[in-house]
Amino acid sequence: MTDEEDRRRQQGERRHPSEKDETSMPRRARDSSRVRAAIRDELEELAEEAPGSKTEARPIQKVIAVENVYLAFEEPILENVSFTARAGETIVVVGESGTGKSTILKLLLRLLIPDQGRVVIDGEDITHLTFDDALKVRQKMGMVFQGAALFDSMTVYENVAYPLREHTTLPEDEIEQRVREKLSFVDLEPDRVMEQLPSELSGGMKKRVGIARGLANNPEIMLYDEPTSGLDPLTTATITYLILKLQRELGVTSVVVSHDIRSAFRMASKIALLANRRIGFFGSPEEMTASDDPYIREFLGGF
Amino acid sequence: MILERFNDAAKRGVYSLQEFFVLAWKAIGFIFVKPFYASDLFQQMDAIGVGSLGIVLLTGFFTGMVLALQSAVQLATFGATDYIGRLIAGSMVRELGPVLAGLMVAGRVGSGIAAQLGSMRVTEQIDALNTLGTDPIKKLVTPRVLASLIMVPVLTVINDFVGILGGNVIAKFYLGKPSALYWKTVFEQLLSSGFTLHFIPNDFIQGLSKPFVFGGIISLVGCYYGLKTSGGTEGVGIATTRTVVTASILILVVDYFLTQILLAVFQP
Repeated sequence: MTDEEDRRRQQGERRHPSEKDETSMPRRARDSSRVRAAIRDELEELAEEAPGSKTEARPIQKVIAVENVYLAFEEPILENVSFTARAGETIVVVGESGTGKSTILKLLLRLLIPDQGRVVIDGEDITHLTFDDALKVRQKMGMVFQGAALFDSMTVYENVAYPLREHTTLPEDEIEQRVREKLSFVDLEPDRVMEQLPSELSGGMKKRVGIARGLANNPEIMLYDEPTSGLDPLTTATITYLILKLQRELGVTSVVVSHDIRSAFRMASKIALLANRRIGFFGSPEEMTASDDPYIREFLGGF
Repeated sequence: MILERFNDAAKRGVYSLQEFFVLAWKAIGFIFVKPFYASDLFQQMDAIGVGSLGIVLLTGFFTGMVLALQSAVQLATFGATDYIGRLIAGSMVRELGPVLAGLMVAGRVGSGIAAQLGSMRVTEQIDALNTLGTDPIKKLVTPRVLASLIMVPVLTVINDFVGILGGNVIAKFYLGKPSALYWKTVFEQLLSSGFTLHFIPNDFIQGLSKPFVFGGIISLVGCYYGLKTSGGTEGVGIATTRTVVTASILILVVDYFLTQILLAVFQP
């Protein structure tokens, strides 16, 4: 197929859904614009209050430190990778696909062990822990997987309750209360979704249930693997907003792996750019846009 | 060059074997370690045991009938068709019952386990379990192994019984032997090979230790290939096929060696 044909086909596909939805357009458009405006306001508010409150309110403490990590399977994946996250910060790791971004999350969770260097969580070196101790460290963290990774044999309720059943001895009514609280936090109606199976949910809803499950244990650290990939722009904005809400209301430290540069700039305290197996840049979004490094300029593209 | 390749393949083989035994060791060790996932165990016992009942009943019954038909021809040449019950009971309880139940369960349950754990692996659900602080071996493998260790022997007993019943049908309606005579010879056979601890017939020891081992083989092979799955949905297909092939071959090979050992130990 020639480029010309390909382009025309894509345009055709893009035009198609809007034509089909014409009857329901007005209501949906009104709804989405309202949500979008609300999100924009929230984000702006957040941007204004963020810099001052963050440094004053919380003690500066390194919650996550990755130090000179080297990892290779058949060939090197990461070389000399270092970054730190202080309490309440959101670190967004960006980079092209296949550069080992998700590997970093697996290192933090100690699903992988670095060949050299070390990973420190809350002042504790987790590199040489036993399997059981690693399970304990993981309880401090909530992870949101790219495909949500909900247990598809369990209902939404059971999914969110899972970490509570595993690690606490809470009575059933408190578990239910906690599940409802977490589902409401991610803007889902508990009564509507609790008894549904993951296969009955849309992509965005799955992500949200995934976040609710990650939150169930009230973790200090949240990790997100491509939280916005495969979602439409509106849902992307809602998920971005949720991550910010978590940072602001619960003060969790987050590491987000993403190639969505737009949402990365919205939520990041610091951005780590992974290129050629190394951290090519680590700093605030403002520093990144100000940089005149050719690779960074190319990566940012039109943004 | 060829030597190098052979060396690599050998290393991989040994490594896989090691992985398999580590998995088996952990899965069985976790049976005795808290927390116990009782509801998972009962769910698996239902899926593996009750779920396989239909195919086990069918295969058992027809095998018993065909065995009776074939042996009737052979026994007739010696004028020994009265002893058909002995022959059916002996071969069903010692050999055919365990092996057939094992092969059927390998096809049905082993493949199911591999497919389920394989899809959980490729959709990151195994990683999610790890992240949520649960050992996937304890949560997924141990209940399946334990359920198989319990249910495959139970299925075998049922298989043995319907097999002998199938023989009864042929003996009565094809050979015209009365049922009372048939069952008398069946019990003669079961009590003829001696007793362990003065009351357990040795045939039962043979017939029940085999499916116990087969149950372990089926579930562990399924779990091993399932957890090792990589490469998306295609990987799930490969894992499923490998499980059925490996488990079936292992059942037949292990059956031979087990029979050698059991005959040496329990045959008077």
